[in-house]
Amino acid sequence: MRFRTCTSPHLIPGHSVGGVMRQVLYALVPGTLAMTWFFGWGVLVNVSLAILFSVLFEALMVAARGRPVLATLGDSSAILAGWLFALAIPPLAPVWVLLIGTAFAIVVAKHLYGGLGYNPFNPAMVGYVVVLVSFPRELSLWPSPEGLTNASLSFLQTLQTTLTGRLPDGMEWDAITRASPLDMMRESIVSGQTVTEVTRSPLFGSFSQTEWEWAGNLFLLGGLWLLYRRVITWHIPVSMLLTLATVAGVFWVIDPDYFASPAFHVFSGAAIIGAFFIATDPVSAATTPTGRILFGAGIGLLTYVIRTWGGYPDAVAFAVLLMNMVAPTLDHYTRPRIFGHSRDGHG
Amino acid sequence: MQLHRFHGGLKLPDHKAESTVHPLLTMGVPKYLYVPLSQHIGAPTEPLVQPGDHVFKGQRISQAKDYICAHVHAPTSGRIKDIVDHPIPHPSCLSAPCIVIESDAHDQWGDTRLPAWPDWRERDARSLRERVRAAGIVGMGGAAFPTAAKLNPRAGKRIHTLVVNGAECEPYISCDDILMRSYPEAILEGARIVAHILGAERVLFAVEDNKPEALRALTDARRAEEADFIRLVSIPSIYPTGGERQLIQVLTGREVPSAGLPADLGIVCQNTGTLKAIRDAVLQGQPLISRIVTVTGPGIREPRNVEALIGTTFADLVAAAGGYAPGVDRLVMGGPMMGFAIGDDAVPVIKGSNCLLATRVQDTPAPGPVMPCIRCGECTRVCPANLLPQQLYWFAKGKDFDSVQDYGLFDCIECGCCAHVCPSNIPLVQYYRFAKQEIWGREKERQKADLARERFEFRQLRQEREEREKAERLARKKAALAKKDTDPDRKTAIDGAIERARAKKSAQSNEEAPPADRERANS
Repeated sequence: MRFRTCTSPHLIPGHSVGGVMRQVLYALVPGTLAMTWFFGWGVLVNVSLAILFSVLFEALMVAARGRPVLATLGDSSAILAGWLFALAIPPLAPVWVLLIGTAFAIVVAKHLYGGLGYNPFNPAMVGYVVVLVSFPRELSLWPSPEGLTNASLSFLQTLQTTLTGRLPDGMEWDAITRASPLDMMRESIVSGQTVTEVTRSPLFGSFSQTEWEWAGNLFLLGGLWLLYRRVITWHIPVSMLLTLATVAGVFWVIDPDYFASPAFHVFSGAAIIGAFFIATDPVSAATTPTGRILFGAGIGLLTYVIRTWGGYPDAVAFAVLLMNMVAPTLDHYTRPRIFGHSRDGHG
Repeated sequence: MQLHRFHGGLKLPDHKAESTVHPLLTMGVPKYLYVPLSQHIGAPTEPLVQPGDHVFKGQRISQAKDYICAHVHAPTSGRIKDIVDHPIPHPSCLSAPCIVIESDAHDQWGDTRLPAWPDWRERDARSLRERVRAAGIVGMGGAAFPTAAKLNPRAGKRIHTLVVNGAECEPYISCDDILMRSYPEAILEGARIVAHILGAERVLFAVEDNKPEALRALTDARRAEEADFIRLVSIPSIYPTGGERQLIQVLTGREVPSAGLPADLGIVCQNTGTLKAIRDAVLQGQPLISRIVTVTGPGIREPRNVEALIGTTFADLVAAAGGYAPGVDRLVMGGPMMGFAIGDDAVPVIKGSNCLLATRVQDTPAPGPVMPCIRCGECTRVCPANLLPQQLYWFAKGKDFDSVQDYGLFDCIECGCCAHVCPSNIPLVQYYRFAKQEIWGREKERQKADLARERFEFRQLRQEREEREKAERLARKKAALAKKDTDPDRKTAIDGAIERARAKKSAQSNEEAPPADRERANS
């Protein structure tokens, strides 16, 4: 009797790229819902549109490169990139911001470098940084939960705002937006206030503005689930958050009036979602265990440096892209000791 | 006993119960046996028989010509039908020379049987090793390295520990389990013999903790007074803990050096089946002509362990295990992690055949399309050699053979953990095998080229030397001639001789003609 032959292992594989990506998508759900709760329908509108655009660009590029479109879309990586990009964008940002951002993420950062597995930079963060430096005004208008409650912006009105770039009649941007915690801290300190004065504001919860804290908690929950499911390893999130908190702690101890607390830094901006969802993008991160620890630590350090002394209130995206540049070097110098070899790497 | 961990590894569903519910079945003698000339690592053997010859059971029918080689014996009595190319269990699915024996159904031992040595303790290591060699024994865990060579560590290596590998870590395989349950005394006796050959002070007998019956049988069979000498160790069931290097690390916490052997740590490792074969060879004078094979998997009706003669076809084995289940699609020799698919069930059982696994489409679906590596690092997490499989893949794919070696390609044991966890379905081990083959091929080419260049250079050197010597000789001759011309005594002597010759010639020319001819003849 004759049989088909194929290579080992002869077991059903336990993982697939699409499966890995989809677990990350599930883990984003709680945090995204929390953001929707606080920042309104705009979050969902952005996520949906950004995913739509990303998948379209992905399909176009895959077709242009002569690869199987449906099989490639099945890996869900475009959905993930679009989703992460959308979470970084203010919920009422105009549609062209989404379009340009996703175009850069998928077309330039991903496919011009060879597609999934070959992009040296995190696509979602490339897209975000492009729109951040190009359209600073649109990217600074974060709605405030209480402003949205007062304005009672409906889903349709939100969609309309996104598509037209204009608020419904009778509404003012000033009334429904306010500075994010990192912005607020930055501007207040520049204007001579102390850290304690800022955090004593009724907008603040335990460490940061309440809504950011809650979104952070729920992204943390998703991140811990990813760790539990072994989709990500502990190295990058732990080293990034620990470094951020440690460096912040040192300066905070030196001058607590001028430097914000470690907890504020961890629970503000994109620190938590960055640690668990963005910096852990395996393609653009370091791949050796030690390399990942250094990679995460570098992101934590750069985030603090740029937040504190740089030109932008948040810095996770820049820090991630900067560390993407050195990831191959980190991998080169952090090779694990091979079984049966001595420390210096020779048999 | 303090156990240690090796890096990575996988916890896999073991699927061993399927084949251990039925007792061990000893198969009858099939009509035809196909005995390959090469069943081991090393040089092939040279046949001692001709088609038409009659052979007895246990008669040596093919001879080892090399140190790393193992004799082949007739598994039963009968007539040599032919020596032809027949499919063999090899990943290439190619055929190789096999001795085809037509059984005479008497299964008769001849008088060539080796003498039994119940007094083996009185014999020295050398003669016992010679017996192991005469019995054609190879490692029966699958690698089939000639055992006599393994029992003869390089000079200066003192062996203190014999590690008995009863781990059997691959899913589905249970031949060692059944062997340990069925013949615990024989295996322990084999361990005593090998410890005697090696001069080892202790035996560490490791069994994975998913084989409690085997461990109990061994504990019952071990003599009370040798509890210190033979230590039975239950080890955690983590694939690939049965890898020689991994097992040694689990038991001793020490790593076998990359380019070295266990003997460098004073350890020799033997599989349980090999020990049983050694015991049979020494105590009964019986060469290695049969083995236990696990015939299992969802593609087999009655999975079980079968004791079969070497040369029995897989088709006969499957028939003994109730035949194929409907939908059978893939036949694997070995386990699911390291075994290779074979294309034809006409291939015979060889000394290293531990398992025959048959699966259906739903058990082993065709792998999905290969996706790009996303550097997720799962492979790094599970690699027992602590390599970076994703980087090895990258270099192997790019044919960067220097870098791939720099990243430890040759420390890869091809266990398949990386390929199993890869979300992108990349057949990683295939890439490593490819890179190894290429590097070996290039090394061979290089050696050939080196040899050719050396030969060429030597030839050139020799020609130059010959030229030089010729020139020198010529020069010497010229110098000698010049000297001759100037030597006055010699000159007068020569002149005198010429005179005499001339006188003689003129005298002769008067006697007979033609003078020119004579002159030519004299010159």
